[in-house]
Amino acid sequence: MKIVIIGNGMTSYKFCEKMIAKAAPGAVELVVFGEEPRPAYDRVHLSEFFSGKTAEDLEMVPASWYAEQNITLHLGDPVQQIDRTLKTVHSYKGITESYDYLVLATGSSAFVPPIPGVDKKGVFIYRTIEDLEMMRDFAPKASTGAVIGGGLLGLEAAKALLDLGLKKTHVIEFAPRLMPRQIDEAGSNLLKAKLETLGLEIHTSKSTTNIMGEDTITGLQFADDSILEADMLVISAGISPRDEVARLCGLETGHRGGIVVNDQLQTTDPCIYAIGECALYNGMIYGLVAPGYEMAEVACSHILGTEKAFTGFDMSTKLKLIGVDVASFGNPFAPADQCRTIIFEDTMKGIYKRINVSTDGKYLLGGILIGDADAYNMLLQTAKNKVILPPNPEDLLLGARGGQTEAGAGVLGLPDEATICSCENVSKATICNAVTAGNETLDAVKKCTKAGTCCGGCVPMVKDLITSTMKAQGKYIRNVVCEHFSYSRQELFDLIKIKEVRTFDEALDHYGHGDGCEVCKPVVASILASLWNEMILTKGNDTVQDSNDRYLANIQKGGTYSVVPRVPGGEITPKQLMVIAQVAEKYNLYTKITGGQRIDMFGAHVNDLPLIWEELVAAGFESGHAYGKALRTVKSCVGSTWCRFGLHDSVSFAIQIEQRYRGLRAPHKLKSAVSGCIRECAEAQSKDFGIIATEKGWNLYVCGNGGSKPQHALLLAGDVDSATCIQLIDRFLMFYIKTADPLTRTATWLNKLDGGIEYLRNVVVNDSLGIAAQLEAEMQVLVDNYKCEWKEVVESPELRKRFSHFVNAPEEKDPTIKFDNLREQKKAAEWK
Amino acid sequence: MSLENSSTLTWFYACKVEDVPANGGVCVKYFDEQIALFRFARRNEWYATQNLCPHRRQMALSRGMTGTQEGEPKVACPFHKKSFSLVDGRCLNDEHECSLNTYPVKVEGDRVYIGIGAGGQNVEVMA
Repeated sequence: MKIVIIGNGMTSYKFCEKMIAKAAPGAVELVVFGEEPRPAYDRVHLSEFFSGKTAEDLEMVPASWYAEQNITLHLGDPVQQIDRTLKTVHSYKGITESYDYLVLATGSSAFVPPIPGVDKKGVFIYRTIEDLEMMRDFAPKASTGAVIGGGLLGLEAAKALLDLGLKKTHVIEFAPRLMPRQIDEAGSNLLKAKLETLGLEIHTSKSTTNIMGEDTITGLQFADDSILEADMLVISAGISPRDEVARLCGLETGHRGGIVVNDQLQTTDPCIYAIGECALYNGMIYGLVAPGYEMAEVACSHILGTEKAFTGFDMSTKLKLIGVDVASFGNPFAPADQCRTIIFEDTMKGIYKRINVSTDGKYLLGGILIGDADAYNMLLQTAKNKVILPPNPEDLLLGARGGQTEAGAGVLGLPDEATICSCENVSKATICNAVTAGNETLDAVKKCTKAGTCCGGCVPMVKDLITSTMKAQGKYIRNVVCEHFSYSRQELFDLIKIKEVRTFDEALDHYGHGDGCEVCKPVVASILASLWNEMILTKGNDTVQDSNDRYLANIQKGGTYSVVPRVPGGEITPKQLMVIAQVAEKYNLYTKITGGQRIDMFGAHVNDLPLIWEELVAAGFESGHAYGKALRTVKSCVGSTWCRFGLHDSVSFAIQIEQRYRGLRAPHKLKSAVSGCIRECAEAQSKDFGIIATEKGWNLYVCGNGGSKPQHALLLAGDVDSATCIQLIDRFLMFYIKTADPLTRTATWLNKLDGGIEYLRNVVVNDSLGIAAQLEAEMQVLVDNYKCEWKEVVESPELRKRFSHFVNAPEEKDPTIKFDNLREQKKAAEWK
Repeated sequence: MSLENSSTLTWFYACKVEDVPANGGVCVKYFDEQIALFRFARRNEWYATQNLCPHRRQMALSRGMTGTQEGEPKVACPFHKKSFSLVDGRCLNDEHECSLNTYPVKVEGDRVYIGIGAGGQNVEVMA
């Protein structure tokens, strides 16, 4: 059977993908005609073209995929005519193909309102990669941009203009609010405020009447006679279905465009289907990709003889617009007499949440989420599956207050038929059955059910389902390291200690199988370091280290490395500064002060590392371990030596602590700080362990982290003297090292610890497990064993030999490394 | 010293066996090309691929961690941990990523040779 597909966009690609998956091999011949010069690409993420993605990155699949599947793909060759009697199509380049079935997936074009001046230079539409390339070429000449259209696509285009470097961008919307089909007025006002902080100026209720300028745009004129100066314009005011070819051959089309289709996506000719944005179903054009994919599914199944029906599609969406979460589901605009509304608005944080509840309080009808859309998946499923609401539905917006909720409880409350993954249409039952059948990891469930493989939005729910299904089966969830070691990190730590294993090979021999991988090698390397603190590049353990540790430096763009000498407590003498300056100048390194109160030098060739460090070590510097899952820095404020508020000498204490724990390796990096008073200038509360001076001594806080999910440290002990403080830190760190999962910061470790800070305090301060002396002894072994690893490399010709790019040309540097200039220093050349 | 110079494959001398870590890689220079050479001492196997990682086009694969995935030898690029099979060069954790060129390796005594295809190079291959 031969199927010709007109159009090669996302929906067309999905149709091909499904046809290949469903049809018997060789049973179906596919021929695709695409108008654009490229194979199908991700138009949804088009704006990423300006933030680093190339056209190839955006391709759904490379052109070679079509050839591999024996699909004939004609690019840059639109079909111009369909002969329904002879069942043939004729293309622009003169190709004729016959068909048994024809699928129209011609999509839509950008709708351009009939405003005079629309053909001036500097006016663009926002649809294809070619459009974007033209915008990118023009943008350097422009400083003020404007976008006509304040809907989904218009705001995406506005972001694109920001990414292109325009100083100011205006958004012009005809309706009284932004995204008028998805959000209400209050939501629009909040979104407007948020977008304005990002550099956009929003104008609603503005109707453009004229585009001004000679042959290049200089501004816009509006119905209220106001004028806006602009030298670049993007028109993103809607879509126009591409139905020309359908019209020409007599298929029924809507009076406002679109090819009319039935529940099986057939047009008025049963051998011709229409899917995606060109199709008109029940008077609606579906402008989102998920319904397009569903149409492809239905049409594909129907052609192959299975009865499926398209019955419309829920237009709920969740997206991230210029960093702002916006979600809309169900009926966001239910009128006041048909529902009760619950609204939460926080103009400080820029959050707006609205849900519409049926008048009897039982069902969720729809809602809007702006600024925080974490609850979207749950709310959508609750609405779609008509789950009965709890007695206080406001909890859905505010989270349960007073009392613990079990993680994932929401997902468990959903019925089996609930759709968890809407992109691939996977129900809760399918996922739970997959887990019961033995697919107990996210990867396995993804492979088995396809859930989570498209947009990834459902992954948190899928993970919750895996955990809760396994718990319901009574299975204890062990976080096994990887396929090579069937133990958790904690178990492996104890085993390696008991058998006094000193190398990765021994660990593999005793407890593992296979050859290891980039997951278990660093885990074992970290355990060995935390137990024995031997030089990490010896005993064959160098190739087991994580990529940066192997070269005792952080790899940067381009392949050079950064150099960070330790500056304990952030204190440095002028002489030391001069050494760093001289080394940086000699080796032409870029210098920057880090958040950790020390100096980073970038752009070092691997060959130069031993030479650079030789000079630093000679001047008394040591490795700063900026590259390791190890202690980084102990910051300090200047404290009582100089500061009029300082209660104690925070700098001396910070130096003492940093010298004690320098070189300590752990499941993840460790950061610390000492502040001399409550004003906290060293920011100790965001550290893994942080110390703040009190009148009587020191307060010790633990398990704070910065990063993408910052968390403040909690008080472990108050008003302790220096010696006790260090004793408690010894115990705390060793306990963390022995029990945490790989790559888990202290905050995450504490969050997962049964009993939390109470339990931790009991173990560390009150010695409830009776292990305190042992922990202190173990830490002392590591402290006593410390040697600066860079000093060891500098003094060993054998180790120095490894720092070269070419094994057979060790004097030569990597010729592909290039630099650019920026503000009198160098930087890595941009990577593609 | 035996050297083959068949019409399709030229073996050139890369380095000594002892120059390569037991379970890791080094980068070999061959004219303008950079080749990553890997040794799996536990399996007594050698592999070679291009040094350029196709993800962000960085000359870094030789510095990556080696291992196996269900028995198949692989290397993970140090930049973003894209994993590539050392048997056929395909990317194991991103099916849309380009594959690596692979090269045959042979060891004679304590010397390691890498085979370069598409002969026709007038080349001094003796070390």
